[in-house]
Amino acid sequence: MSSQALEQSSAHPANPNFQHQYEDLQQQYSSTTFGMWVFLVQEILFFGSLFCAYAVYRSMYPEAYSAASHHLNVALGTFNTVVLIGSSLTMALAVRCAQLGRNKGVFGYLLATFMLGNVFLGVKVVEYSDKFKHHLVPGPNFAMGGPYNEQAQIYFSMYFAMTGLHALHMIIGAGLLIFFMWKAYNNTYSTDFYGPIENMGLYWHFVDIVWIFLFPMLYLIH
Amino acid sequence: MSATLTHPVDQVPMPENQGESYLTKGKGVMSWLLTKDHKRIALLYLMSITAMSLLGGFFAALIRLELITPGGDLLSAESYNKAFTMHGVIMVFFVLIPATPAVLGNFLLPIMIGARDLALPRINLLSWYIFIIGAAFTLYSMISGGVDTGWTFYTPYSSTYANSAVITAALGAFISGFSSILTGLNFIVTVHKMRAPGLTWFRLPLFVWGNYATALVQILGTPVVAMTILLVAMERLFGFSFFNPNTGGDPILFQHMFWFYSHPAVYLMILPAMGVISELVTCFSRKRVFGYSFIALSSVAIAVFGFLVWGHHLFVSGQSVYGGMVFSVLTFIVAIPSAVKVFNWTATLYKGSISYEAPMLYAFGFFGLFLIGGLTGLFCANVAVDVHIHDTYFIVAHFHYIMVGGAIMGYLGGMHFWWPKITGRMYPETAGRISAIFVFLGFNLTFFPQFLAGYLGMPRRYHAYPEEFQIWNIMSSAGAVVLAIGYTLPMIYFTWSIFAGKKAPANPWGAKGLEWTIPSPPPMENFETIPVVTEEAYAYAPEEDEEHEVNHHV
Repeated sequence: MSSQALEQSSAHPANPNFQHQYEDLQQQYSSTTFGMWVFLVQEILFFGSLFCAYAVYRSMYPEAYSAASHHLNVALGTFNTVVLIGSSLTMALAVRCAQLGRNKGVFGYLLATFMLGNVFLGVKVVEYSDKFKHHLVPGPNFAMGGPYNEQAQIYFSMYFAMTGLHALHMIIGAGLLIFFMWKAYNNTYSTDFYGPIENMGLYWHFVDIVWIFLFPMLYLIH
Repeated sequence: MSATLTHPVDQVPMPENQGESYLTKGKGVMSWLLTKDHKRIALLYLMSITAMSLLGGFFAALIRLELITPGGDLLSAESYNKAFTMHGVIMVFFVLIPATPAVLGNFLLPIMIGARDLALPRINLLSWYIFIIGAAFTLYSMISGGVDTGWTFYTPYSSTYANSAVITAALGAFISGFSSILTGLNFIVTVHKMRAPGLTWFRLPLFVWGNYATALVQILGTPVVAMTILLVAMERLFGFSFFNPNTGGDPILFQHMFWFYSHPAVYLMILPAMGVISELVTCFSRKRVFGYSFIALSSVAIAVFGFLVWGHHLFVSGQSVYGGMVFSVLTFIVAIPSAVKVFNWTATLYKGSISYEAPMLYAFGFFGLFLIGGLTGLFCANVAVDVHIHDTYFIVAHFHYIMVGGAIMGYLGGMHFWWPKITGRMYPETAGRISAIFVFLGFNLTFFPQFLAGYLGMPRRYHAYPEEFQIWNIMSSAGAVVLAIGYTLPMIYFTWSIFAGKKAPANPWGAKGLEWTIPSPPPMENFETIPVVTEEAYAYAPEEDEEHEVNHHV
């Protein structure tokens, strides 16, 4: 038994991306993927507390939420949703290319994902500046008007916190995409080493799914 | 435990030529600051946590000095508020929560499961840097005027009215939370994916189970408090409203979200300490641990039930009566797995050949303090009693018995037990025993009088108090001196032992477990060959006894 273990540990795979603490690439792959899933669990709790606060205040002030949500631009939100779903598609294609060891394909699809992510963020900038123009940013200058002016501040605080943290995740994701594009450019991925791109994909899809919940909660439910 | 361990442990010669020790392989400051080795990162954590505990202890000293007299003579009300806030923030977020997992867990978990390192070494180093950044924010808030909200950051005081450095302190707690999350994530992945061949879940050392349960709380609870504290910071920074009653916000919601993590955080401190105690009790009784699977699963049960009891902090905050009743019952339920542990440890002692080395004295101290802390917890869980003792020194005493008495006793016991493994040097045994006794006596003298003062009605968080409470406060402050000596002694003789201590053998205690099969201090890669585990944990019973048992059953 122990001689078998010795053989395994002395026969470290030659792949330069192999890390010394693992027995083989398979263990490395399953550990890092599992790690990403555990990370996403904590992300769900992280956003979950915001969703919880959103739900509490919606049940307390349904009229204020309804009045305030009419100030969001549904057209831009729908456009962004389509853009983001598109970026999930290109991300999934990048993962497929990585599994097949096609580094050029990985690079191209990651670039497409990166561009779509930036389109999303650009639209978000337009939406945010619109809120500033119309005095819909909570604080002393808030002036939505109407009977729910005070409570609507809670709605817009939730709006900025939720979409802001979502956008922050997108920005971090965009930074990671640049890193992985550089890696793919250097032909890092092969049929026995593609875990990082899969994990990047998991992260990106998670951020998309958060938006899939945010969009109806903030824009569509009146 | 492993196949290499067929002879009695004490006769195993110090294995040689196993590669250079992790302490000497790689020299220079950068080899430490950029290390990905879990053992070195554990030492980085040890140094930073010790420094933070000295700072937190300094604020505790200010508090105890102020409270010697009934009048507010040493500190103004304002600076007293800042002193207890800084004491709480530093001790909770930068000492108690990380201490056992980040130091002992980091060092031991991979070795105990027969791995070369944690599954994600870079994430491990990252977690230390995040910890340091969080600590820097907190220290900045201290020197830029301090913060006076209490470590709980209750709204709307913290979000709207407090005129102190709340934002930086809150961000410090927020950032350090991610260090805790990453440690937990790493532990979960490591335990799932890195176990040596033959090491099944129910052969894992109980310290690993304790840290696994802790890791569950870290990844499920910490993000919630991180977000909650971030919302408070946003409210102050941008003028948003989440908990501001002026716009219809609900400050009680903050308390719910805060305690959803911060109550489980208590279990996060005590669970790894309980894991340490399980190791100590079985080793120094020379006996298989009693009810292994019950101790293992009770850790998980505490972690799970711990998430359902946060409302017992809100009994007098305007929570509904029915909510209070449900949370009260659930809180009583947590006592069950905790009691399971204590009974199992006691049963392990029964008919064991007990020896009284310093780690075991710490374990006995843990029993005493945890028992008092746990049983007074039942007082607090009772809604009617809690209305009387809420926000009094009774609560202060209760949580110190658990969070400090229990958690730090376990931590120090573990530090003594594994110090020879970590440094390759023995600590002076007599000094170790003396410090254990000082800590136990000093702790009780400090905090037991606070139960009485609190029950008689002395409220917490005031710098002045009616004269009738002075006797209890004098006792408490005197106890704090004894306690300080008890806590300082190990720092002195541990440091001394690094330079002049006796060289430690691979297995000074004759203990079971994979960490005792490798040299002290361990080589960089821990194991030359990944071990194959063929036994359950804690097979302390001598072979004759086992044969006898078999015959008996036949």
